[in-house]
Amino acid sequence: MMRIPFSYIWRSLWARRLTTALTVGGVALVVFVFAGVLMLARGLEATLIETGSPANVIVLRRSATSELSSQVDRATADVLEAESGVARGAEGRAILSREVILVIDLYKKKSNALGNVSIRGVSPRALELRPGVHIVQGRPFQFGTHEVVVGKGIASLFKGVALGAELAFGGDRWTVVGIADAGGTAFDSEIWGDADQFMQAFGRPVYSSLTFRLAQPGGFDQLKARLQADPRMQYVDLKHERDYYQEQSKTLATFIRTLGIVVTTIFSFGAMVGAMITMYAAVANRTVEVGTLRALGFRRRSVLGAFLVESVMLALVGGALGVALAALLSFERISVVNFQSFSEIGFGFALSPGVIVRALVFAVVMGVVGGFLPAARAARLNIVNALRAS
Amino acid sequence: MKLLRLVFKNLFRHRLRTALTIVGIATAVMAFGLIRTIVGAWNAGVTGAAANRMITRHRVSLIFPIPLPYRNEIARVPGVTGVSWANWFGGVYGEPNDFKNFWPRFAVDPDTYFDLYPEFQLPPDQLAAFKKERNACVIGRKLAQQHGFKLGDVITMEGDIYPGSWQWVVRGIYTGRDPSTDETQMFFQFAYLFEQVRQREPGRPVDAGFYVLRVGSSDAMARVARAVDTQFVNSRSPTKTESEREFQQSFVQMSSAIITSLQVISVVIVGIILLVLANTIIMSVRERTREYAVLKTLGFSGRHLAGFVLGEALVISLSGGVLGLLLTFPIVKGFAKALPTFFPVINVAPLTMALGIGAALLAGLAAAAIPANRVMRMPIVVGLRTVG
Repeated sequence: MMRIPFSYIWRSLWARRLTTALTVGGVALVVFVFAGVLMLARGLEATLIETGSPANVIVLRRSATSELSSQVDRATADVLEAESGVARGAEGRAILSREVILVIDLYKKKSNALGNVSIRGVSPRALELRPGVHIVQGRPFQFGTHEVVVGKGIASLFKGVALGAELAFGGDRWTVVGIADAGGTAFDSEIWGDADQFMQAFGRPVYSSLTFRLAQPGGFDQLKARLQADPRMQYVDLKHERDYYQEQSKTLATFIRTLGIVVTTIFSFGAMVGAMITMYAAVANRTVEVGTLRALGFRRRSVLGAFLVESVMLALVGGALGVALAALLSFERISVVNFQSFSEIGFGFALSPGVIVRALVFAVVMGVVGGFLPAARAARLNIVNALRAS
Repeated sequence: MKLLRLVFKNLFRHRLRTALTIVGIATAVMAFGLIRTIVGAWNAGVTGAAANRMITRHRVSLIFPIPLPYRNEIARVPGVTGVSWANWFGGVYGEPNDFKNFWPRFAVDPDTYFDLYPEFQLPPDQLAAFKKERNACVIGRKLAQQHGFKLGDVITMEGDIYPGSWQWVVRGIYTGRDPSTDETQMFFQFAYLFEQVRQREPGRPVDAGFYVLRVGSSDAMARVARAVDTQFVNSRSPTKTESEREFQQSFVQMSSAIITSLQVISVVIVGIILLVLANTIIMSVRERTREYAVLKTLGFSGRHLAGFVLGEALVISLSGGVLGLLLTFPIVKGFAKALPTFFPVINVAPLTMALGIGAALLAGLAAAAIPANRVMRMPIVVGLRTVG
């Protein structure tokens, strides 16, 4: 079977530039939104998954859905600290951080609205446990004092958290002595201080969670089984830190994705209709041409293929444009409250190869669906009538 | 009148194209309506807030409880005509990651809470039954419908903030007084929470999550807020008192980034309508260039011709707009069914309808502007010479 040359298809599109541009624009807008939504959901997941380190394990109260609703007492922490499955650092001390999570309200710079900010009280081992967190300005806080370090996401978004500023909560004043960079993870959206100081200030007798490093990277299942048999550990649950943070992203990411896909599906329909209109007009305008092609010996299938390819080209150009527009969103960061942790989480639009592929496939589908009926009409044209058309 | 007929005749020349354009616009208007309705649903709590209610909560954050004895002190503040309190219970019902299994659960004071919320309408006998039984609960009509809960059913849940297994017997089902009333909430006795926690976790304090205040008139709000907050300013639990409206607004604020994105998307939709429509109009005008030249020769003025183009665009965009609006209602209903508890109150607002039609008409005008202008100015000879 002889195929219609690609250059013919390309030139046909070029011949009606304005119409082509309008259709491409429609597809581009739809793909832009589609890709944008996927990038947002992906960005949120990436932020939270990156937050967890594969070697770390988090201990929460059984059935607690987040650190905020979890309570772990000192006795449990002591048991774990002596446990052999927990990695040891310098002087044989367990690499384990006893942490307490609370939420405070701060005013945002831009909108002056109140936002929820997580404050995390940690133990001296916390930085060793999370090597991704670095102090980029000022110095680390001193244990035993009312000093705190602010994540850079919070520092850029909220008022009154600059270096040297004083925060008021828990009936006390807290001095900001450092700004931390956690490499775009959820820790960037937190304020860190001494766990014992926070607990004293808030009159809270128990920790929220414990995080420790595994002595052997593969030792999780074994350790978990051993601890589950321990009667002192009955009310807590062990999770890979990574799994825990992934769960934390689930509700919000699913919501963003569901909403985005419902909306883009609806208006992809609009773009398909746009492509259909354009392709029908293309077929109508070129009836004589189609007749000529057929008279030259091109088969119906070739004509069908040529018009379909034309439509797919149209959509692909639109899709590429949409993805390019969406790529610009990578420079944007947004911050919303994740209701699972009831605090602000800052994240960006993350462009991944998966997102690009899905966006382009989406565009191609629009092109095929929008172009099929017009292409079928062109293919069905009767040679004699088509040549005679004016 | 005759000119109008010409517009309609022209519309029917390319029936398929006209129909497709209308469908395209209708879809876009529908998406526009859906998005605006979702944004509206986000604000439902704000719209549903009563003008005479205020909320007192912990100054540092809502997550911190405030002492129970505050109740009497708040009640003594001049201007306050009623006080009640509630606690957010949280809890996990069934499969935790399913949206359908989430709804707000509050421990409330049975004697005062429903007085302060007259929009939750509960038959007197059910209210009495709720007050009598420690582990009774009252649920909203929509919630009952969704999960098939009936009076006398037992609801079992795993606690997260308050660990352990919890059970309640449904003793009342409330209905909303207004369309903006949330019918997906669940209330149970604060005393039950208090006693259970004391038993399960001795030593753990249970305080009020937040207080609800009723004030005589909304003018008194600023004064009441000041009076309440100054009272506790130097205590261990300083408070923040604000109108219920502001309180609800702060929740909406938490998702402001998502709302902004949705608003950006709704603007993009108007762009799509414009492109689809502009494409059709430009195509038609180009095909008819010679006809327009002939009409000009016959004595039609440029304005007449521009009117034809504009009229055609407006008829198409209006039809698309109306069709889109009609489609908005079923799609919103479907959406509400898919995510039932996420948006407890979801209604298509009149303003949304007006804006949808407005956007379509505006796009119609904009799409027709350039082609109409071109036709109006086109010299006859050029038009006649055009090969369409």
